[in-house]
Amino acid sequence: MAGPRIAVVGGGLAGLMATIRIAESGVPVDLFSIVPVKRSHSVCAQGGINGAVNVKGENDSPEIHFMDTVRGGDFLAHQPLARGMCYAAPGIIYLLDRMGVMFNRTAEGFLDFRRFGGTLYNRTAFAGATTGQQMLYALDEQVRRHEAAGLVTKHEGHEFLGLVREDGGRCAGLVALDLRSMKPRAYRADAVMLATGGPGLIYGRSTNSIINSGSAAAAAYREGVWYANGEFIQVHPTAIPGQDKLRLMSESARGEGGRVWVPKTKGDSRAPAHIPESERWYFLEEKYPHYGNLVPRDVASREIHHVCVDLGLGLDGQMMVYLDLSHLPREMLDRKLGGIMEIYEKFVGDDPRVVPMKILPAVHYSMGGLWVDYERTADGFVDLASAKNQMTNVPGLYAIGECDYQYHGANRLGANSLLSCIYAGQIGGPAAVAWAGQRKALAAEMPAGPFESAEQRWTDHFARLARRDGPENPYALHEELGQWMLDNVTIVRENAKLAATDAKIQELAERLERASVLDRGTWANAPLSFMNQLESMLVLARVVTLGALRRDESRGAHYKPEFPRRDDAQWLKTTVAIAGPDGPTFRYDPVDISLAKPVERKYD
Amino acid sequence: MPRATIELKIRRQDAPSAPPRWEEFSLPYRPNMNVISCLMEIRKRPVTKQGTTTTPPAWEASCLEEVCGSCTMRVNGAPRQSCATLIDRLPPGTVTLEPLTKFQVVRDLIVDRSPMLEALIQVKGWIPIDGTYDLGPGPRIAESERATAYAFSRCMTCGCCMEVCPQYNERSEFIGPAPLAQVRLFNAHPTGRMNAAERLQTIMGRGGLADCGNAQNCVQVCPKEIPLTEAFGELGRQTTLLWLKNLLGK
Repeated sequence: MAGPRIAVVGGGLAGLMATIRIAESGVPVDLFSIVPVKRSHSVCAQGGINGAVNVKGENDSPEIHFMDTVRGGDFLAHQPLARGMCYAAPGIIYLLDRMGVMFNRTAEGFLDFRRFGGTLYNRTAFAGATTGQQMLYALDEQVRRHEAAGLVTKHEGHEFLGLVREDGGRCAGLVALDLRSMKPRAYRADAVMLATGGPGLIYGRSTNSIINSGSAAAAAYREGVWYANGEFIQVHPTAIPGQDKLRLMSESARGEGGRVWVPKTKGDSRAPAHIPESERWYFLEEKYPHYGNLVPRDVASREIHHVCVDLGLGLDGQMMVYLDLSHLPREMLDRKLGGIMEIYEKFVGDDPRVVPMKILPAVHYSMGGLWVDYERTADGFVDLASAKNQMTNVPGLYAIGECDYQYHGANRLGANSLLSCIYAGQIGGPAAVAWAGQRKALAAEMPAGPFESAEQRWTDHFARLARRDGPENPYALHEELGQWMLDNVTIVRENAKLAATDAKIQELAERLERASVLDRGTWANAPLSFMNQLESMLVLARVVTLGALRRDESRGAHYKPEFPRRDDAQWLKTTVAIAGPDGPTFRYDPVDISLAKPVERKYD
Repeated sequence: MPRATIELKIRRQDAPSAPPRWEEFSLPYRPNMNVISCLMEIRKRPVTKQGTTTTPPAWEASCLEEVCGSCTMRVNGAPRQSCATLIDRLPPGTVTLEPLTKFQVVRDLIVDRSPMLEALIQVKGWIPIDGTYDLGPGPRIAESERATAYAFSRCMTCGCCMEVCPQYNERSEFIGPAPLAQVRLFNAHPTGRMNAAERLQTIMGRGGLADCGNAQNCVQVCPKEIPLTEAFGELGRQTTLLWLKNLLGK
């Protein structure tokens, strides 16, 4: 007897965790990914995963983790979900450990934990400085086991294009593009889970992998899925510059004792080793004696911006400061931070064990994403039996991982993203199974009409794109988009500039109509799929920019000098963007703050 | 002497069965470029050195910080992660980019490395956990053991070791260095060890460990410096013991 099938799109931590949970319940999974899942962006997560296991005698607890998380998010996170996540965290770390993740150990062989930003506790489990990679590999191995057993079918090298809906609007499948044959094809599914990650590429260069275009989430948005809190984009304080991307230097560098400083004197051109202690300004430690270098990322990035732009104290007059590890023992650096030591050495050429690193803030993570629902229990947790958990406003369509929105509020704490990915996959998988089990008719039994017409619509769209032959180059247009977004929609936001950026995005969309596809081939044509992605990226860039323009307050990662204070009366609300013919319309929903009353957010 | 321009020579191939050809590109020099940023420049203006408009070369990349394993190609004849290959550190002269030779070309610099992923299924490269439900903490592990295992768990399946292995080629069934080293990883884990024999069986037949010719090229090119040859030594001991055990009927 045929039963339901579920499609998971995206093979990072969230997608793989959901895949495992679904397969474990005996339901077959079609797993779609633009890259072999082992190469997903989760590999870039460095520092660790949070969970209040309390191994250092600090009396840490999941409740304190929860309070740190909602305060770190400036009270915009949905509290039952954030709380459910924090309480599940120790179990998640144990599970990963059982799967074979090579987490660092204490002298007694227990899991070791370190400090991270926005908390005073040693709460972050880690595998060197390549924790995301190690976790992804462990999940990839478990998925491979289910693949060998015939429960998981991988469709690697396939890009999500859009949904297939049945009468009444429920999701019945998806259309994916084979990135070799360049043919769109419809697939039937009783539930579809998007786990397609963040949109770093709309900023051109970021800490994200270059596959993180956000275009899958944007495509869903264009088909009527709500997009929430899009304006909340995290800028990570410490990255290294590059022509192709800005490489992350993990917060764990500061968790292990790294110190941020600049020379006290403007234009001091001495080598850092020749600048005496008394002439160095450890500005985070001075301004935030309590949290020091481990203030949350939004706070640290704003301070670096202030020191470099407002005070002109950046290294070489640029947006750049020192992140100094040179006082720390070499053995410890190699054992606990080896991954990032290697990256700095390979890409910059200096040894960070000897010379302070030169770092700058870079776009890193989207707190916003596709709107999803959940079922709350009376005592303020998540009802894990509900099919509503992680479901978007389109019935049968789910979103998990960075492409959802509700765990981190206005700013994510470091090492909470690996956690939210796993947790969303862990609760979203069973929710999709519950939904698929409730369906009256399976997608496999539906008439072919909706699938054929969806496939035809996308085939026609690609045929149109393939004919484009104008003077504009899509990659050059993308670069322009990135520069505007970086200049105007990052750490400091001003309404006039946001409005100008929105106008520019619309101009770029028009110019994209006059772009050349660059390649007329019908095989592995990357520019063709990029044209399609860029259309969606521009749509999403408007959601981010207009969301920021409308929100006249400062909260978490969203900072406007014109409105420097948090305004709970007006803006303690979830932004919900809905696609319309003339761009997004916005709605503002209440946030569940029943578990932790908003207070002023202070780290000094 | 910094370069005035960056000269690139790229081996192109439109499809798996299409004939290969070379194209040359010349880019204005900028400091701190890697191979990927050169390829990004080319696609913004896909014109050859001779002034002919062409298609942007096809290449694979993702993380650009040498943790995903996507962007392996031959740079000046040697397999490397092209993201971590900085132009300023290459010898002067033309930079030659070619696809890996041990895998089927998909297009230009993209090859099909799925045999490596299939090999991971063959060697049962996983810890067979009971389930994802809560069973409490995992096994305790000494930090020194953890550090040894971590060296193997960083394998990105990039394919550099396969490319230089003389035994890994289309005329041989040898499974190659990368999947073998994964057997070493899982057999050392306290839970994985419970299925060590099962995993060893997968590498004791044709194309298994015995086909390693001990050329030791693999360990020299691994971008993560994984001690591959040490793994093969260890696996040699494990398989010999198992062979003896099988011979003596336990």
